[in-house]
Formats: sequence, structure tokens, C-alpha cells
Amino acid sequence: MSKVAERILLRHRDIPGLKKFDIYMKDGGFKTFKKVVSKKQDQNEIKNIVHDSGLRGRGGAGFPTGLKWKFVDNNNWPHYLVVNADESEPGTFKDREIMQENPWQFLEGIMISAYAISANDIYIYLRGEFWEIAAQLDKQIKKLKKEGLLGENLFGTDYSLMIHTHLGAGAYICGEETALLESIEVKLGQPRLRPPFPPVVGLFGKPTVINNVETLANVALIVEKGSDWYSGIGTDKSAGTKVFSLSGRVKNPGNYELPMGTPFRTLIYELGGGIIDDRPIKAIMPAGASSSIIPVTEEVLDTPMDYESLPGVGGDLGSASVIIIDDTVDMPWLINKTMDFFKHESCGKCTPCREGTFWMHKLTERIQRGEGSAKDVELLLDVANQVSAKTICALGEFSKQAVITAIERFPQEFEDKVGEKISFGKTEG
Amino acid sequence: MNKLLQNYSKEIKMIMAKYPEGQERAAVMPLIYLAQRNDNHVTKDELADIAEITGMSTTEVASIVGFYTLFYDEQEGKYRIQVCNDLPCALRGADEFLDELCENVGIKVGETTEDGLITIEGVKCLAGCHNAPMFQLQSPMGIEYHEKQTLETALELIKELRKMEGKNE
Ligand SMILES: Cc1cc2nc3c(=O)[nH]c(=O)nc-3n(C[C@H](O)[C@H](O)[C@H](O)COP(=O)(O)O)c2cc1C
Ligand code: SF4
Ligand code: FES
Repeated sequence: MSKVAERILLRHRDIPGLKKFDIYMKDGGFKTFKKVVSKKQDQNEIKNIVHDSGLRGRGGAGFPTGLKWKFVDNNNWPHYLVVNADESEPGTFKDREIMQENPWQFLEGIMISAYAISANDIYIYLRGEFWEIAAQLDKQIKKLKKEGLLGENLFGTDYSLMIHTHLGAGAYICGEETALLESIEVKLGQPRLRPPFPPVVGLFGKPTVINNVETLANVALIVEKGSDWYSGIGTDKSAGTKVFSLSGRVKNPGNYELPMGTPFRTLIYELGGGIIDDRPIKAIMPAGASSSIIPVTEEVLDTPMDYESLPGVGGDLGSASVIIIDDTVDMPWLINKTMDFFKHESCGKCTPCREGTFWMHKLTERIQRGEGSAKDVELLLDVANQVSAKTICALGEFSKQAVITAIERFPQEFEDKVGEKISFGKTEG
Repeated sequence: MNKLLQNYSKEIKMIMAKYPEGQERAAVMPLIYLAQRNDNHVTKDELADIAEITGMSTTEVASIVGFYTLFYDEQEGKYRIQVCNDLPCALRGADEFLDELCENVGIKVGETTEDGLITIEGVKCLAGCHNAPMFQLQSPMGIEYHEKQTLETALELIKELRKMEGKNE
């Protein structure tokens, strides 16, 4: 049995009452923030600590956090830190727990991060449904002001810092970082063409760092304990712990914080309690609705969950929202569900994604209703393959993952559904 | 006269203070939320008020209302029960839950009860997949999550809402 390793992000499960300001303070809260600001610690030093820790973005792309911070243009002011709390990938529910249950550590993390990139204003962009969390954060921000931890000329230095919450209003695309910026600026939430990248031209045209909630919730402890401490957890290239959101056909769905590189088996069978009714597991979607569908074998169950290992079994770690599929679930139904989502969420800015999601949805609908033919499945695969890298943002790419991998890896289920043999000739190679 | 500004002058001042000078349009989404607070939708007059405050055209504000799923330009139920039936929840019985709930209330998915009080609809992932079946209740008070639901708990909530409204009327 593997022991439950040290928790960094979900420490509220180990320290009762951590959600309360006094308890967080007793635990050494805001000491690190106070120290770096009052000692006027060199910003580059903090960027280096985070860079050397090996921390990578938890919003899905796994981009090295310290490196992103180093791209911030120091010839253009002011700078902004934008926190991505849009959390809308189906199967993802970790940022919500972090903000709700461990809010002070999250806030200290974003405050140190803002200092590191010389930003005086932080915007936390929350999905509109997180209305209650935003209200709670507003109260906590007020408290920090009262305690002298936010505001003008902190601890007698010339550094000032303020945090603002901003609610989205129900649009998955606003989790994409440039659509998020457009959404704050109220120019319809549609992605921007890049370059320029946000660290050069971001919010209100100014240099901006955008990071995910979970990414930044690590920062206070990394700066306090040092980069070696953090890089010693997890694997060589995927440092630290990760909160895995486990959902679908398992007995104990929920968030589990584990060192990067923990095998699927530990998550699904030891912690998740195995499959409902002890049925056979069929497939895993490791990155929410945007995932490739990985057929499960013993080898897959022993695969370490980290950025480097997943491509070896035909998937990606993404946001680590692990959806479990058992033998009661049919693939034609499943891809119709994912297409319901993507058709609804495509922002419509580029043709391949707008048209592609529309047609893929129509076809999956027909096939799943039992009215499709082999030709429909072939056409579906063809349309999916044409939603290529020509799109402005990654949503187009995400939308076709489940469709392509379901048909290619579980062809029998589609043949049974349409009652004919499917020919893959056209799309192979 | 700008009614929105009149009714919520303090709130609007606080909202505007969040954004740098010259970026007033960033206040549009918070202002739409404010306008929706009473009756869960934005009226034509309120669109014009928001446009005036932020220096945008009414059409531009209307297009923002149209883009986002949590903004409404028509009044449906005063309370909206939005059941998540996206993939992870559907794997744990959310579609059946949604259908049964509607059947018991006597409406189809997406419809509003005759008394105009309750709309029940299916929505995309709400970041509560581990607690399916679950829904959010959108009401004049804001958005509230209800997780690990059963048909009984959901019907109980609807009963309470009806009772509360009966008292207020
Ligand atoms: C369609 C789409 C949706 C996304 N949704 C989210 C989201 O909800 N939360 C998030 O943190 N990142 C999301 N991302 C990733 C962001 O664009 C961005 O990479 C991330 O916020 C960067 O932060 P990180 O480096 O800390 O991961 C999304 C990306 C795409 C293409
Ligand atoms: S890929 Fe889709 S979501 Fe992304 S910009 Fe194009 S239309 Fe919008
Ligand atoms: S799928 Fe329903 S809350 Fe995530």
C-alpha cells in the first residue's frame, strides 16, 4: 500500500479549521508574504525559486510557471496578475475546493506571485456559477485590508497591492486565457490571435500573467520552503503534487492530492474504491471532456500519472480530471455527450471549429439514436480529422479527441450500433 | 433618469472602482448581474442604463447578454433549477434524475411551471461532478449549489420555495 504523501494544496484536510483566518495565521500564515515584501526581496530571486521548483501550470497545458513570469515585459507598466478560476472542464472540481476550503493559502500564493511580477492589481476571474465563492473571497479581501496585508504602502514600503474578483457568466471558452481577458474587457469572450502573448500584451493592453488557481496555491509554500523541497516531490519533469479530480463510474469520486507520477491504479482502486458494483473498467478519460479515451489494460493502470507518461498510452494529463468509464457505458452515447458540450461551447470565431462541432454533434446524435449508418461514422471521423490545427484556440482540437479515439479504439461498438462494417481506409495514414 | 444608477448608486460606485480609468466597459458584466438581481432578467430599460453608465451602445450590451448563458433577456421562472447533465454527472444518473424531477413537477425539461415560479433545465458541468446528481438554484438571492440530491430532496426544496413565495405574496 502506498502511503498518503504530504499534502500541499488540500492541507485543510489535515489542519482542522484552516479556513479560519486565525488558524491560518497560527500556522505561520502570511509570514512569507510579509517577509518578501518588507525585506524588499528581489523579484528575480522569487521568479528563480518558482522556476527551479519545477512548478508547471495546472490549468491544463503544463507550462513552466517561473518561465512564464520571466516573460513579463519590464518596459511597459502597469503589470497585472489574473487568476484563472473559470474551472469549467467537465470532470474538474479542484479549484473550487481549494478556494472554498483553503482560501488563505490561495490568497497568500497569489499575493506573493503578484509581488514577484511587480503587479499592484490582481483580478480573480471566477466562473459565474462560483457566485458564493466570490462573495466569500470579497469578505476575505476586506479582512486582509483591515489587517494591513492589502492596500497602499504595505509594511511601510512603496509596494501597494489590491485584489478584485470578477465573475464570468457561463461560457467555457472564457477559461481560455485570451478569451478570459477579452471577457474582463467586455469584448465578447472570444480568444485572441497570438502573438503577442499576455506577458507582453495582456489585460487592458498591459503585461499580464494568467495562472490557474491550483498553480498559484502552491506558491506560498514553495517560496517558504525552497525550490529543492518542491522539486523533490513527484517526478523529474513533473514536480510536486497534483489534485486529481476523480469522477464517473467509481465508488468514491472526489479530489485526491497525490505526488505526480502516482499510477492510475492507486487513484482508481485504492483511493477511489474501485468501480461501482465491482464491474470491469473499460476506459479512462484523464483530462475531462477534452481527453482522448484510453482503453484500460493492466499496463495502463500501472502508468504513472504525469505529463510525460500519458502520451505513451495515448492520452494527455491536461487538467487531470480523471473520468472513469465502465462496461455499462457505450461509446456512441459517450461521444454524443461530449459533442453536446463542445457544440454548446464553441465560441464561433473560426469556421472549422464552429462548423465542425455542429456537424459532429449532428452525426453523433444520429448514430447514438440508432439511425446512423457506416457512412455516418466514416463521415464523422472525416469531419473530426478536418478540425485540424487551423483553429485559433485549442477548443477545436479538444472537441475531436473523444470522437476520434472512441471510433478508432472501440470500432466494434460503432459497428454494432449501425449494424454494418466500417471502413477506415479514407482516414488512415 | 438612470434608474439602475439611482437604485444601486453605492454598489455601482464600488464596481466602477475595481477597474482602471478609461476601462469603464469592464463593469458591464457586474452591472448586468446587478440588473438581474430583482427578477432574473435584464429589461430593455436596464440595457440602456448599463450602456449609459459604461459608455457603450445598447446593442453592444445586448450582445453581451446574448453571449453568456447566465444572462437572460426574458423572464422565465423566478427560480431556475439548473441540473447538470454533462458527461461525468450523466455517468452517475443525472439524466434520469432530471427527467424524473420534471415529470414529478409536471413540466418538460426546459419548461416553466404554470405559476411562473420554477424553470427546470439541463446545464453543462458545474464543477460538482463528484456529488451528482446536483443542480444550482438561480434565484434573486444569487446562485446556490445543491449537491448529492435525490428526487425527494429536490421536491422538498421546490415545496419550500413555493411556501416562501406564498407567504410573501
Ligand atoms: C477552451 C479552453 C478552456 C480552458 N479552461 C481553463 C479553465 O477553466 N481553467 C484554467 O485554469 N485554465 C483553462 N484553460 C487553460 C488556459 O488557457 C491557460 O493555459 C491557463 O489558465 C494558464 O495557467 P497555468 O499556466 O497556471 O496552467 C483553458 C484552455 C482552453 C483552450
Ligand atoms: S477554436 Fe472554437 S472556441 Fe476557439 S476561437 Fe475558434 S471557434 Fe472559438
Ligand atoms: S459534470 Fe456535472 S458538475 Fe461536472
